[in-house]
Amino acid sequence: MIVLDSLTKSFGVSPILKGLSLDIPDHQNTVIIGPSGSGKSVTLKLIVRLLEPDTGRVTVDGADVGEMDRDELTALRGRVGYVFQFAALFDSMSVAENIRMGLVRRGYDEGTIKERIDESLEVVELRGSEAKLPAELSGGMRKRVGIARAIALKPRYILYDEPTTGLDPVTAAVMDQLIIRTRDLGVTGVVVTHDMRSAFSVADRLAMLHDGTIRQVGSVREMQASHDPVVRQFIEGRPERVALEPPVRRSAG
Amino acid sequence: MFLHNFRTVPPLAVSAVTRNGFIAHVGRRSLEAGRALGDVGTWLPLLAIQMRRLGVDSVPIALFIAVFTGIVLSLLSSYIFTGAVPLYFVGALVGKTIMMELGPVLTGMALAGRVGASIAAELGTMKVSEQIDALETLAYDRYSYLVVPRVLAATLMFPVVTAFAVAVGVGSGWITAINLLDLSTPEFLKGLKQFYKFKDLWFGLVKSASFGFAVALLGCLRGLATEGGAQGVGLSTTSAVVLGCEAILVLDAFWAMVLL
Repeated sequence: MIVLDSLTKSFGVSPILKGLSLDIPDHQNTVIIGPSGSGKSVTLKLIVRLLEPDTGRVTVDGADVGEMDRDELTALRGRVGYVFQFAALFDSMSVAENIRMGLVRRGYDEGTIKERIDESLEVVELRGSEAKLPAELSGGMRKRVGIARAIALKPRYILYDEPTTGLDPVTAAVMDQLIIRTRDLGVTGVVVTHDMRSAFSVADRLAMLHDGTIRQVGSVREMQASHDPVVRQFIEGRPERVALEPPVRRSAG
Repeated sequence: MFLHNFRTVPPLAVSAVTRNGFIAHVGRRSLEAGRALGDVGTWLPLLAIQMRRLGVDSVPIALFIAVFTGIVLSLLSSYIFTGAVPLYFVGALVGKTIMMELGPVLTGMALAGRVGASIAAELGTMKVSEQIDALETLAYDRYSYLVVPRVLAATLMFPVVTAFAVAVGVGSGWITAINLLDLSTPEFLKGLKQFYKFKDLWFGLVKSASFGFAVALLGCLRGLATEGGAQGVGLSTTSAVVLGCEAILVLDAFWAMVLL
């Protein structure tokens, strides 16, 4: 289980997270929704300590990520796969070499590495693309290689950063299916997105991030039935500004 | 100027300078680099690749510069010495100057452009495209995987490239002397040998090793500190070259004060 406890994070003078707390239960897809720039990707990076919070704690399986030494952090990152928004594949390496990187680091023998590469490419339906370079792949294929790279390590958790952003509807649906299929394999997923169609499709739980904190958490049905004006506005995609405070009544005269 | 660049060219140390101080920033990076040095299993397999990329591939530009430096130095010393001192001193001046100063410094400057820029651009692009974050999530340490092999390769290969440049520079000076000046090979060699000390050679090579270390380290730090997109990569690349050249001049003066 991942627990985010009262996280704050600022960049310069701009506070991004202002006391974010969220429990992420095992074997479910938890989807964090929120507008661009609300701190969704920052939240994911805090989980694997690519960034460090200004205050607050992240615990994964009961261990405080902020207190981990280098070896413990390496072990944690072995349990947590990360799918980047733009895949972050290594340009100079082929698809197979990209997947191979993490497996080599964990000391698997060549036979196991080959097997894992084949298995993971099978899952993302990219068998036959082993020798291709990232530049030869479409955006959707690159993201699928990113997923293959993550699942090849057989992680306990996978963090997905905007997995469907920039994809056409069919490819986005394929990505959603992959995320669900990965969850069905027993992997806990944390997805950040502002694509509501995708969020409703893959989520077991939804958490709305707004103004640096979690505004509401619930199932897809609960969120769809939410009376919170901020949540409603976001999931309905209404552009008008929500009045959070009741209008101030002017005194007569 | 050297420190000035750290402050004016974003973003290597801007925030660190304002918050924790430049010394603390360098100290932290040094500690990380020191720890990464112990991760031999990660950087050792990459060392040979970087030695080829940063060293062997830089030989042509270094030799190109050395050829013309030798020619100019030979003609220049002939111009200075004619009528004042025996012309065989051309050999002494060409040899000493190329071994001790122009070989290491001009090669270092050329490699600061080629190697420093290439490291900063490569790492900067990796940074802005999240490839470095991806490395970390695959449990690789960025210093062990990216910084240590490059810095070690440059430290080892700059002297090798410089040695070739010195040989070619002296050779081109000699060819110039026997073809364009009224000087024979024995005379040129007489001048070359008369004032030669072994220290002339190792002084230049020690300097060039320190140049390689500084150029590669600054290129790595600038690359890793890149923020933004293409503009950020451009800024990092430019400042890596500027800082690399400045570091070479500072180190050149330092070694002259310490070793001469």
